[in-house]
Amino acid sequence: MLELAKRLTEAFGISGFEEEIRAAIREEIAGTVDDVRVDALGNLVAFRRGTGGGKRVMLAAHMDQIGLMVTYIDEKGYMRFAPVGGIFPLTCWGTQVRFGDGTVGTVGLDGRAKRSEAPALKDMFIDVGVSSRTDVKQKVGDVATFIYPFVAQGNAWFASNHDDRVGCIVLAQLLRELKGAPISHDLYAVFTTQEEVGLRGATTSAYAIDPEIGIALDVTLTGDLPYATPAMEVAMGKGVAIKVQDGGMISHTGLNKLLIAAAEGAGIPYQLEVLLGGTTDARSMQVTRAGVPATCLSIPSRHVHTPSQLVDRRDVEGAVALLKAFLGGAISL
Amino acid sequence: MDKIEIAKLLKQLVEVDGPSGVEGPVAAVVKELAKDLAHETRVDAMGSVILWRRGAETPPGRIMLAAHLDEIGLIVTKVEGGFLHIGRVGGVDHRALPGQEVTVYPTGPGAENYPNGLTGYIGGRPPHMLSDEERKKVTLLGDLRIDLGLQTADMVRVGDRAVVRGPYTELLGGRVATKALDNRASVAAMLGALGYLAGMKHDWDVFAVATVQEEVGLFGAVTSAYGVAPDIAVAIDVTFGATPGLSESETVPMDKGAAIAWGPNLHPGIVKRLREAGDALEIPYVNEPIPGHSGTDAWAIQVTREGIPTGLTSIPVRYMHSPVETVAVADIDRTARLLATFISRLDGTVLAKLSEEV
Amino acid sequence: MAELREILEKLSNEIGPSGHEKAVRAAIRMEIESLVDRIEVDALGNLLAFKAGTGPEPRLKVMVSAHMDEIGFMVLQVEKGGTLRFGAVGGLNARMLIAKRVLIGDDRLPGVIGMAPPHLTSAEQRERVLDVDDLSIDVGAENDKGVDSKVKVGDYGTFATRFAVLSADLAWPTVRGKAFDDRAGCTALIGLLAERYPVDLYAVFTVQEEVGLRGARVAAYRIEPDAAIALEGTVCDDTPKAPDEDVSPVTRLGAGPAITLMDRSMITHPGMLRLLRATAEAEQIATQYKQPALGGTDSGAIHMSRGGVPSITVAVPCRYIHSPASILNLNDLANTVKLVGAALQRIDRSYLMRNA
Repeated sequence: MLELAKRLTEAFGISGFEEEIRAAIREEIAGTVDDVRVDALGNLVAFRRGTGGGKRVMLAAHMDQIGLMVTYIDEKGYMRFAPVGGIFPLTCWGTQVRFGDGTVGTVGLDGRAKRSEAPALKDMFIDVGVSSRTDVKQKVGDVATFIYPFVAQGNAWFASNHDDRVGCIVLAQLLRELKGAPISHDLYAVFTTQEEVGLRGATTSAYAIDPEIGIALDVTLTGDLPYATPAMEVAMGKGVAIKVQDGGMISHTGLNKLLIAAAEGAGIPYQLEVLLGGTTDARSMQVTRAGVPATCLSIPSRHVHTPSQLVDRRDVEGAVALLKAFLGGAISL
Repeated sequence: MDKIEIAKLLKQLVEVDGPSGVEGPVAAVVKELAKDLAHETRVDAMGSVILWRRGAETPPGRIMLAAHLDEIGLIVTKVEGGFLHIGRVGGVDHRALPGQEVTVYPTGPGAENYPNGLTGYIGGRPPHMLSDEERKKVTLLGDLRIDLGLQTADMVRVGDRAVVRGPYTELLGGRVATKALDNRASVAAMLGALGYLAGMKHDWDVFAVATVQEEVGLFGAVTSAYGVAPDIAVAIDVTFGATPGLSESETVPMDKGAAIAWGPNLHPGIVKRLREAGDALEIPYVNEPIPGHSGTDAWAIQVTREGIPTGLTSIPVRYMHSPVETVAVADIDRTARLLATFISRLDGTVLAKLSEEV
Repeated sequence: MAELREILEKLSNEIGPSGHEKAVRAAIRMEIESLVDRIEVDALGNLLAFKAGTGPEPRLKVMVSAHMDEIGFMVLQVEKGGTLRFGAVGGLNARMLIAKRVLIGDDRLPGVIGMAPPHLTSAEQRERVLDVDDLSIDVGAENDKGVDSKVKVGDYGTFATRFAVLSADLAWPTVRGKAFDDRAGCTALIGLLAERYPVDLYAVFTVQEEVGLRGARVAAYRIEPDAAIALEGTVCDDTPKAPDEDVSPVTRLGAGPAITLMDRSMITHPGMLRLLRATAEAEQIATQYKQPALGGTDSGAIHMSRGGVPSITVAVPCRYIHSPASILNLNDLANTVKLVGAALQRIDRSYLMRNA
């Protein structure tokens, strides 16, 4: 799984511009599913036919990462930008960003900002090291993000985009491990787009698939930081988290009961999650058409939406194992 | 059906707890109460209860009523000995929490020993221990704790829900104070309307839906409206009852009947017919202007599928989102009668006329 | 183009806040009745017009939309003194409210939004922007009995701005009026209906864009288009600025139709972007890109309909949108019609693919 993790976390992919990560995932899951297609919003929909008599299950992990879009280039070649998704200004100043074509830049802070106060994005710009607009290859509308090499250190995995490449890793790994296994359910493994700007890919793909069960794979915050606010029991390394409620949806109680039973039955450590802010693709799946029992399996992650995010590989492995155990049996709600 | 029956329905509905996402117990009560009022009952994937009352042999149309089943509540975010950290389910006003008794519904090991839940108390530091300045500050939700009076609480886990107690209390003037008038008052009105319809003739098929998860995003309305796919719809919710200190333009008078809403969220033809039903009954009602988002299931229903002509009737309630919500029971009865009359007057010409009236 | 100006004038002078678009819809219907094959009005009041294509079957279904509604207000209460408390319909710009003339109700009753005179306010009070909660509309009645038959709670109103030509110079023809967001888009859509295209055209004049893209959502669900283009009147902030202010003007008057790359409601489909770029180049029409990340349009709802719809927004730059009057350049309007018309001639399935 290390090679997979490295490949997926080092591929470029910002909301609305997921071409590179989509191609990488497509290659990594080749041979594990019966059909792969790309829809109008760029979702990668991988279909694995079941042996019959099961449910139509949609699993969603989002390919997109937050980033910056160039909005204006001044005569000196400094590029102003707008956030694509939820960017914390505190994480930007002085960081290195990369464009899709490999161009690298540093995010600078202009003279208007007081160095002693929290900076605002409007006071920042991307500096690609030129002195004139004519030397800049980029155009208004181009996107850049933080993207650094994947590092495995003990049980910890470091990447700039575990939100939600770790979900993609779980989903891709699951498909590999299910290869040849007799699963009754029809699986739609959807690598969604544009989650960070409003769960958009999941909304349209869920409508088209019309699943009977929806499970999102994403990250969640942890309560194991110093002076953690608000209080959360979820901690890295204590198991995959089964989401009860977050800022945008309430999971289906019956579906969670089945997942808990599957985890306890297979001896897989798990945690229960209540997240007070933020939401996932599960919300979109749940309110599709006449409603879908939905929940989310979350990988506890520290430093979410910063350029250096952490997960514990045991939680990642646990998520794969839990899904296998859950999908291996009948699902009756 | 009459005002006394309606009060009885209301009491039964508020005495059961069902915060957003775990409405099961209230849904069960609704199904029981609707046994003689609906021809068929089903529950959809999200948990909304759909009561079908048959109209004519070939009904000229289908009307959906929507009254949300869920109430606001609390959710356990961390267990610390016998103390529980809490988060919101829906728009809980944290100022109203200190000094309240709550019921916690455990699901952890040993929970089966507490079928009616655990009693807890939300306290706070005594004033003797606080500076003058601290006494003036509202305690943040993150700093409040439910005290179970126990040394450990293994039967409680993260994700368990709690509801603030607010027992049914009769006040003067036919008014009642209780928790969850938002929105059990409307559910009572909806069941009341079905009861009144039992004594009337109506051509249209009626789908009375007790929706789930309104307080957290109108989710039950979104999905049940898609599933029922009605021709028209009327949502029933509560609105801000006039209270000394609040501006008249933001509230609706108490004990003057249902508030019939008007604005972009509502189809003018539906509003017109709701008003005409009130006039025909010669009961009081109030016109409530809403220039934007109505804050109710009507907002979601109107834009379902190809669009649904939607109306909204609201029951004035004071102190909304607190355990001392207060209503005039007469207003619930007036709403029930208004809806029943509105439905009984629907005929085969309405749908064609509605597109001229938008 | 004189024709486009006349249509814009007629539509701009009509009252049509979100939820009460009747008058605008009636005016548009008159203009397009003879130009289309079929007209319907749906449950929310959208005006849906169908014009069959001339190309071979199976033809693409393309939805082109513009919203009829404008921001405005609603009467909430008649005060004892005869003045009216009101609420905002859509995103009313509070800084623009005081000392304005307004029109209330279908009978267009004149009123004013007054305020305490400067002589009677402190310097401190004058620093504060007064919002709807602080203001009242005065229609001249002495008390609440005096308004009774003329104005009711729930009546809609807008600013009383009349359309006018500012410059008749053919190289820089500008006009002023209210609600160019989005009567400009409606005018452009009417202009497009003068032709017939290879594709099946669903011209939709939507309602309630300003309160949440609501008309577009249900219209797209009903039509199930293969592709969609929304026509807008958009932010144009090209007035002179202080040296230390953020310099991007969002769009510039006279620089041509503005194409959206990304706003808060949508990230534009790359195929539709290719279509508009290729068309602009082939037709030699100067275009600009709207500064990314600002605002939202009907495309936001349309592109998310059902399984997703390749969509794009093309807009006429308008100064001072969401204020009592906007200014636009008629050449931008005419070129928007030209650009989108040519795109409708050109569009095929290759543009529905994300990759070329």
